[in-house]
Amino acid sequence: MAERSIVEEINDALHVELARDDAVMVMGEDVGRAGGVFRATAGLRDRFGPDRCFDTPLAEAGILGAAVGLCMAGWRPVCEMQYDAFSYPCLDQLITHVGRYRWRTGGTMQFPLVVRMPYGGGVRAPELHDDSPETYYVHTPGVKVTIPSTPADAKGLLAAAIRDSDPVVVLEPKLHYRTLRGDVPGGEHVVPLGKARLARAGDDVTLVAYGSMVPVCEAAADELDASVEVLDIRTLKPLDEEALLASVAKTGRVVIVQEAPRVCGFAAELAAILAEKAILDLQAPVLRVTGYDVPYPYWQIEDAYMPSVARVVDAVRRVCEF
Amino acid sequence: MAQVLPAERDLRRVIGDADGSGDRELEGLGEQELLDLYRSMVLLRTYDERSLVYHRQGRIGTYAIFWNHEAMQAGAVHALEDDDWIFPSYRESAIGLLRGMPPATVLSWWRGHPAGWWNPEDYNVASICVPIGTHVPHAAGLAWGKKLKGERALAIVFFGDGATSEGSFHEGANFAGVTRAPLVLFCNNNHWAISTPLEAQTRAETLAAKAVGYGMPGVRVDGTDVLAVYEATREAVDRARRGDGPTFIEAVTYRTAPHATADDPRSYIDLERVEEEKKRECLGRYDGYLRRLGILHDELAESIRAEAAGAMRAGIAAAEAEPPADPALLFAHAYVDPPATFGSDLDDLQRVLGG
Repeated sequence: MAERSIVEEINDALHVELARDDAVMVMGEDVGRAGGVFRATAGLRDRFGPDRCFDTPLAEAGILGAAVGLCMAGWRPVCEMQYDAFSYPCLDQLITHVGRYRWRTGGTMQFPLVVRMPYGGGVRAPELHDDSPETYYVHTPGVKVTIPSTPADAKGLLAAAIRDSDPVVVLEPKLHYRTLRGDVPGGEHVVPLGKARLARAGDDVTLVAYGSMVPVCEAAADELDASVEVLDIRTLKPLDEEALLASVAKTGRVVIVQEAPRVCGFAAELAAILAEKAILDLQAPVLRVTGYDVPYPYWQIEDAYMPSVARVVDAVRRVCEF
Repeated sequence: MAQVLPAERDLRRVIGDADGSGDRELEGLGEQELLDLYRSMVLLRTYDERSLVYHRQGRIGTYAIFWNHEAMQAGAVHALEDDDWIFPSYRESAIGLLRGMPPATVLSWWRGHPAGWWNPEDYNVASICVPIGTHVPHAAGLAWGKKLKGERALAIVFFGDGATSEGSFHEGANFAGVTRAPLVLFCNNNHWAISTPLEAQTRAETLAAKAVGYGMPGVRVDGTDVLAVYEATREAVDRARRGDGPTFIEAVTYRTAPHATADDPRSYIDLERVEEEKKRECLGRYDGYLRRLGILHDELAESIRAEAAGAMRAGIAAAEAEPPADPALLFAHAYVDPPATFGSDLDDLQRVLGG
């Protein structure tokens, strides 16, 4: 086992899965000759040829639409959207076709495609390189969504997404692409979709997060005197409700942390599930720490927008003092 | 490579005027093939006319009429092989009938019943695309994917003049151009997108002119001339099969019926033009052509119409005999592995429904 970065593990997963299954192909803007703007697809074109690591025209809806047809021809396309906010044109195909086509065929055809993209802020980038668009994807019926927070999960969840028979959207925390390192098994490594990860066990309060907010929660836990449990949701759909409810049954106090704007964000869904299924376990209101309902800001003030360790610590103190 | 005929007067035709002047004959089409084409057109015409009646009787829901579009659909499909894929819009809802799909299936689709769902692989006919033009990239992807696998099959995608304004048309056409996908882009230019006339849709001289921008040939044919459509599609198919990539076909016609059963075009359409176009509607033109060749006569035409009418009677009876859809189907089919919450949702629903 070697200490490896998230983006290295995404690249490794793609190499392993393309070698394992001749039907898997990668397509996207600059994925081939350049190896991706973040180098996530580096080396694939040389190793597997330009047809299986295909530089597409600059057309996000066209990429995903073509991927639907490729599935019908027996391929398993892995589509890269270059950045979170550049994925919005592909929502047309995602909502009108990707999430519906299997249903439309009476369950007779499969659309085993993957849409993967770097997401999130904190990287001092221009506008629309910083969004957390997971809600749009989770809200779309027929589509699964997973967001890794560690190098091992980046590899394992992407492998699971590629092998899954349903369409899966994978959001990758670009802030930690190269800054977060960890041990990862070599060769084939699959982390099943739909299983949360207990990042840290504790008794007093549960911090629920995914992706780039997991390290923020872990840092907050370090600062607090309370015994803090950190639950990494990992897959937003299908959701591991059992793990969520088990943690809350133990601690009775919950803070949910999400980088995306607050209204109708995924934290609201988690809070609603707790209201429906864990009301008697709760010792305090469920609090959310989220981005604000504003356009993602200029990067000189983005740190004020991003849920910070200080904001999470503050929220934990409030639920513990309730 | 790219070439476009300049104006409407240059529309390709095979069928001449009612007196036979201008009639041509196509190589490779014998009497049997010509009559098969006629049967297909009559089947589609009968489907369409009966569907309008069924709608008025409350037996199917809102229906998109395709009267006078049969030549485009039948002419193009007859130029394909069975392994080739068809991507229909709602205007081609019954095109699967030409691949052996039972009328009951399409009628069930318009009845909003799950028996109207089909497996595209059974007929190589994709699901009906309701949003405009978003299936163009699907067809490009399938055609490209077949080519990458070394398979012979190609794809044809049907869309209207309005679809050429959509981004997905552009992205799909460009994708096909770049990948040299074996694709036929078949534009049914009936001059109207509900109430929006062609001149409000584009200032391009022709829709076929758009092909130049994608590096593919654009051809224009008379969309009410089934043999011209067949010939142009056959050439596009040959080109694709040779590995020379996609072709854009603009089939020019005129919408003589409402957009759909919920539409009343009298407030916007040129009613005199409609009456003129009805006089040269596609089935009548082909009927006259076959009679001039001595291939078709009253008795044969009547038996073909009776056969189609019988298929529709059996089709609507079968569609209406379908048992009511099971609400449990709400949770079926969307996922191969559905989320666990579907189980409790279904339990709750059945408890409330008393199931």
